[in-house]
Amino acid sequence: MTMTLNALTIADARDLLAKGDVTSRDLTQSCLDAISDASALNAVVTTTADMALEMADSADARIKAGDATAMTGIPLGVKDLFCVEGVRSQAASKILDGFTPRYESTVTSKLWASGAVMLGKLNMDEFGMGSATEYSVYGSTVSPWRATGSETKLTAGGSSGGSAAAVAADLCLGATGTDTGGSIRQPAAFTGTVGLRPTYGRCSRWGIIAYASSLDQAGPMTKTVRDAAIMLGAMAGHDAKDSTSADIAVPDFEAAITGDIRGKKIGIPREYRLDGLSDAIAKQWDDGAAMLRDAGAEVVDISLPHTKYALPTYYVIAPAEASSNLSRYDGVKYGHRAKLGAGDGIDDMYEKTRAEGFGTEVQRRVMLGAYVLSAGFYDAYYRKAQRVRTLIKGDFEKVFADGIDAILTPATPSPAFALGAAAEMNPVEMYLNDVFTVTLNLAGLPGISVPSGLSADGLPLGLQLIGKPWEEGDLLNTAAALEKAAGFTAKAARWW
Amino acid sequence: MAIDTDTARRVAHLARIRVEQERLPALAQELSAVLAFMEQLSEVDTDGVEPMTSVTPMQLKRREDVITDGNRQDDILANAPDAREGFFAVPKVVE
Repeated sequence: MTMTLNALTIADARDLLAKGDVTSRDLTQSCLDAISDASALNAVVTTTADMALEMADSADARIKAGDATAMTGIPLGVKDLFCVEGVRSQAASKILDGFTPRYESTVTSKLWASGAVMLGKLNMDEFGMGSATEYSVYGSTVSPWRATGSETKLTAGGSSGGSAAAVAADLCLGATGTDTGGSIRQPAAFTGTVGLRPTYGRCSRWGIIAYASSLDQAGPMTKTVRDAAIMLGAMAGHDAKDSTSADIAVPDFEAAITGDIRGKKIGIPREYRLDGLSDAIAKQWDDGAAMLRDAGAEVVDISLPHTKYALPTYYVIAPAEASSNLSRYDGVKYGHRAKLGAGDGIDDMYEKTRAEGFGTEVQRRVMLGAYVLSAGFYDAYYRKAQRVRTLIKGDFEKVFADGIDAILTPATPSPAFALGAAAEMNPVEMYLNDVFTVTLNLAGLPGISVPSGLSADGLPLGLQLIGKPWEEGDLLNTAAALEKAAGFTAKAARWW
Repeated sequence: MAIDTDTARRVAHLARIRVEQERLPALAQELSAVLAFMEQLSEVDTDGVEPMTSVTPMQLKRREDVITDGNRQDDILANAPDAREGFFAVPKVVE
């Protein structure tokens, strides 16, 4: 049995642990073995084996004592963006080289308090800036998926590509991700996994290395919708250390999954039917709508008129916030400091340190941010983008006020692309990857990517559902209905 | 709006990132391409629209003005590239 324990879902593992049929130690060891056999994927960048087994033993004791939660004994991977006390946490950046926090992020401390087990840190794009997990000081993550008959290495998406690959390859039962413009949902779609970005404020951002504070939100990446519900319950909740975290009750998300979506109104936004949308993606979308209709939902056409402006708005606001957040990396407090020449002053230290420590994409966004916030351009770019952001949010408010319960869209414009392809694209082409996901970050809404089928060459495709603020339970219920109807069971054939 | 080499140099300095002279023309071009993409926003009529400054309409919480943490000098200096005698050390700032 040990061989396949790592392939369990969180829900099944929980039930087996509760019955005493398996121990967290066996479950954890099974994941650690899978991790050590999967170095070709480069999904796990730091393995914390001793810590994991110690936590597993405490979880087993806790289960025996009858003091277990749904997450007790469940082995998880953690995106490198989360600070974990005593474990190297460097946002996949050279500038945080060797940074070992003396504190724990709120989300991970909640997970450990629930009894979950820490397996290690997962690869990502530097500071969350990227869509392919190629902009990483650790090197690229390789997707466990390959196109039929091909050995070409594919991206697992980004920025939470390590999390997606680790879940898809059964290196862990679930993983944390963060989503600023699609960084949970796009990698989930590329790897046949489930990725949930909660409402802004549902999870505390404290101790998560900041990219763009008004857009960043942590969420679960799992094998099933039910698992996402279970794991979100252990991550969410108010935190006095994050003034934007919402002081509202965390419901039982799993209990919201009833399978009954009769009478729900699902919106299909016409603006998402882009010119050049691939036939395969368009068909998935139509099929998804038909599945929800067959399950008793009412599917209606809706309009979100400012959709087209979401990407340019995002690429003003996110770099602006990043340039401010990343100003803390100065070679003084932590991480990398450049070697200085005789006579170099403090400005030389800042400039050389940041030139050496930040990768190309991070440098580009920090400079863009500095530009759009600079005197003379602030109103034309930043202020303007904030006004358009109000309009984008207003589009969603209007359709929800008209009775729409959730919105169905594709998750990505294409299936996973080859590693290295991103380097061939110009920045704007690369940014188009976020076209379906970025709108809800601007509006602060929850969204989930659900695997819906395979492309003609055998690669996973995902559909996105967007929900109302604070209605993750209802969103998860609709997602579970879609998951059930789609019946996606494919796994990546093991080559690593 | 196109960014010229001088503006690229100024932006790099604002961001405190050293960019070598020979890299500046390419940087100017990259930044210009992204800015051209952002220009689409000028099509949108935003007269009378308030800028969005809060994601969720909520009153930010206030807390008691009391000390909740502190006395963690060792923790704070633990990750510094150069810490001496309880301080962060940096190159000479004043001649």
